[in-house]
Amino acid sequence: MDNKNKEVIDAIEAPIYLKYNFTAGLAPARFLSQLKQGVLTGQRCPKCDNVYVPPRGSCPACGVATEEEVVLGDKATVQSFTIVSIPIPGNPIQPPYIVANLVPDGANISFIHLMSECVNEEVRIGQRVTAIWKPKEEWDFAMDNIRYFKPLDEPDVPAELIGHLSVNGTEN
Amino acid sequence: MVKDSLLQKEYELGFTYTRSTGPVVGKFLTGLKNRQIFGNRATDGRVIVPPMEYDPETFQPLNDFVQVSDAGVIESWCWVSKPRSSHPSAVPFAWAMIKLDGADISMIHHIVTNEQNRVVTGARVKALWIDQPVGFISDIRCFVLEED
Repeated sequence: MDNKNKEVIDAIEAPIYLKYNFTAGLAPARFLSQLKQGVLTGQRCPKCDNVYVPPRGSCPACGVATEEEVVLGDKATVQSFTIVSIPIPGNPIQPPYIVANLVPDGANISFIHLMSECVNEEVRIGQRVTAIWKPKEEWDFAMDNIRYFKPLDEPDVPAELIGHLSVNGTEN
Repeated sequence: MVKDSLLQKEYELGFTYTRSTGPVVGKFLTGLKNRQIFGNRATDGRVIVPPMEYDPETFQPLNDFVQVSDAGVIESWCWVSKPRSSHPSAVPFAWAMIKLDGADISMIHHIVTNEQNRVVTGARVKALWIDQPVGFISDIRCFVLEED
């Protein structure tokens, strides 16, 4: 917006910038360090056995620390998704695109990531997908080392089993 | 795990709002663009600067705009010896309540001077305008002390 050529001012830019210095913490730092090596990991609760990804260092249900690191596969299951049709300022991705809650094999909760190389209208809950990683030389301490997930030619996972598959994709 | 292995990263979250001014604040900002300062007259006759949209006592809409001077008197002040990045001045300055000539209510702005001892209640100051006003409060770069 430019008020220079306006005779009557009726609007002003009033941005608010919040500057953070984010500290990842022990569990996320481990997670991100593994991501830099191209490995997706979670942490298992010693009490309820749930595997959390990304790990926060504790189990929110049991209130105990999670120490055991679990290497997860590249394959995941769509738990839910949305087709984004409206451009978001500052986001370089052109709509329509898919944002999905994905449960990686071996984990019990989902994380949010992009889906691509898919027919948007055919994306569905229970669909099998796999991670497409960036070239190794671009890997950083970042979740977007995985560029997106693309559909796999595998049978859908029944709704009641989503979030309950072992790391090799079989029913626990 | 040693502390060095903790990961840190700076990031900035920006809410890039554009705000509508409404007609009253818009009138004030439009005035600034023309190096003029407008207040408006309250129901009891006082001139309020910057103008208010509604009377503080009767809650009636206020439309009677009055141009006031860009010079006035320090009513109170607070010296800032170590300005922070979000402050309007990089050098030491004073926040001040300034009652402009023609106004009955003082307005907050800041005074820049290298004569800190002359910043006193009752001292006269005048607006220093930027070269190309755009219709924003910072069109008044700062207030400066009038010569004795």
